[in-house]
Amino acid sequence: MTEKEKAKSYWKENIKYVLILLLIWFLVSFGAGVILKNALNTIKIGGFKLGFWFAQQGSMYVFVVLIFVYVYLMNKLDKKYGYDA
Amino acid sequence: MVMMHSLIISETIDVQTWTYILVGITFALYIGIAIWSRAGSTKDFYVAGGGVSPLANGMATAADWMSAASFISMAGIISFAGYDGAVYLMGWTGGYVLLALLLAPYLRKFGKFTVPDFIGDRYYSKTARVVAVFCALLVSFTYVAGQMRGVGIVFSRFLEVDINSGVIIGMLIVLFYAVLGGMKGITYTQVAQYCVLIFAFMVPAIFISIQMTGNPIPQLGFGSELADGSGTFLLDKLDGLSTELGFSEYTEGSKSTLDVFAITLALMIGTAGLPHVIVRFFTVKNVKDARKSAGIALLLIVILYTTAPAVAAFARTNMIETVSNKTYADVPEWFKKWQTTGLITYEDKNKDGIIQYVADANTNELVVDRDIMVLANPEIAELPNWVIALVAAGGLAAALSTAAGLLLVISASISHDLIKKIIKPTISEKSELVAARLSAVGAVCIAGYFGINPPGFVAAVVALAFGLAAASFFPAIILGIFYKKMNKEGAIAGMIVGITAMLLYMMKYKLGWFDDSVPDKSEWWFGISPEGFGSIAMCLNFMVSIIVLKFTKAPPKEVQDIVENIRIPSGAGEASSH
Repeated sequence: MTEKEKAKSYWKENIKYVLILLLIWFLVSFGAGVILKNALNTIKIGGFKLGFWFAQQGSMYVFVVLIFVYVYLMNKLDKKYGYDA
Repeated sequence: MVMMHSLIISETIDVQTWTYILVGITFALYIGIAIWSRAGSTKDFYVAGGGVSPLANGMATAADWMSAASFISMAGIISFAGYDGAVYLMGWTGGYVLLALLLAPYLRKFGKFTVPDFIGDRYYSKTARVVAVFCALLVSFTYVAGQMRGVGIVFSRFLEVDINSGVIIGMLIVLFYAVLGGMKGITYTQVAQYCVLIFAFMVPAIFISIQMTGNPIPQLGFGSELADGSGTFLLDKLDGLSTELGFSEYTEGSKSTLDVFAITLALMIGTAGLPHVIVRFFTVKNVKDARKSAGIALLLIVILYTTAPAVAAFARTNMIETVSNKTYADVPEWFKKWQTTGLITYEDKNKDGIIQYVADANTNELVVDRDIMVLANPEIAELPNWVIALVAAGGLAAALSTAAGLLLVISASISHDLIKKIIKPTISEKSELVAARLSAVGAVCIAGYFGINPPGFVAAVVALAFGLAAASFFPAIILGIFYKKMNKEGAIAGMIVGITAMLLYMMKYKLGWFDDSVPDKSEWWFGISPEGFGSIAMCLNFMVSIIVLKFTKAPPKEVQDIVENIRIPSGAGEASSH
């Protein structure tokens, strides 16, 4: 692979990761916490209605996990392409 | 029992003395750190030398981010808004995901000092840089004025000085470490401030969670049964109490789904576009550290942000149970104490001597300021005096750390982006450092002036700083990284249209400058509030940028090469001005 092709394929994989992670980001906050809130509120976990829990708790936990998953994936990807120097 | 015992002993020192002790210790700490971490070069001053560890940067970012509004007002806002409060929780945390995945690594690789630096270089244009400087100053000034006011309020409530003296004391402290230490001083004081503010927020929250639900973790207590043995869940109880008094159910809220969506999006995008947050990622060593420190920052922020809604629900339940339908003569002492500050007002409309707290404004007799929920919470829950004092120290840490971060953005915009890059490129590093310090002094004075003489619209406008950031920077930076062909004409037109649309909508629907009064909600475009309009203005920015691009020529080859270069993480040199 030439340097240019390498950079291109690295960028493509990066974009794929970012799109998947942002899809989850959207689903837990705008999906579960806003659009589907009323439907999810019919389900109760402990004292929490599920939609309310996603809006005021769950989405934020997922956000943190998403960033650390991204860090992990990108560190691996950097290594694969030798960009970790 | 042991705890009860120590509570009694600590009662012997009053709140006032405790506050002086705790605030005094924390201030001495900040000043000590500032002296230890003086800035010797422009690089120290703008980006703390560029070698900050991911953990220190994460802590500093968290403190920088969590302002007086997060610390003092947010739980109170949620406690009155119920479900709707989620817009702030998701909005002010979700933006970090965008920051970590879409901005921080690339801006770090780019490796300059400021956001206008990126815009100016990426769009090979002085005009673009000037537009960016203007947007940065507008966003930062609206935001910082609110912080200085916050400092003043905390001082005046807890140290019994008037608000103006409070603002001046706060100004002097910030002036000292921002001017002396620049970004370096600010970074390490923010690390200390994070520790102070998170401790101050968590201690009362844990106490109250134990009292109300028996669970020491507020995030779990929030969804637990009440400790009174009734077997009722806290949130069910609160929903019941709310509907009984004529409010909407706590867990349902009252904003439209579309508006909740728009506000959350505007706050998320705005968070990712705020210059004082973005510059924090210029201070770490490399791209890898930039990603990691974004994760650490969000983790540290989420500790407070997941506790706040729990505090909100506890405080709301506690307040309703303590005062609603109770005889005024029997209310606890804190009620009367806060009444004298004007933050609680009670008017016995039907002269029955009983407090009627209901949704209907005509018969409601009690008005409670939202800020009280956090400030008076320890008193309402009868916590020891040192906890009450701790809240004061925490509120000050939150306000000062954010103010300092903003002042740095303002001074760097002036000394670096305007003086060094546009007005006088030949300026020596030493003179630039002097200019940076002088701009910081000037910025503190202006911020202090607004803190003492707040124009009526400041409070209303602070929340809109996010809309302004979303409408201006975010699209220009994203397109600059992810769309190699984006050119200067497109980016400049986009930023100008975006920020103008946001300003006009804000002036019309928030400030009411174009009509005799602020227009009614029913006139909002698509039912979207001014707070949520940032999302629309951002879309406008994207559309205008892309349309203008189609009619103008592609950026030069060198610029496209820069874009390819910033997409690759390796070889990120230290931040430089060259």
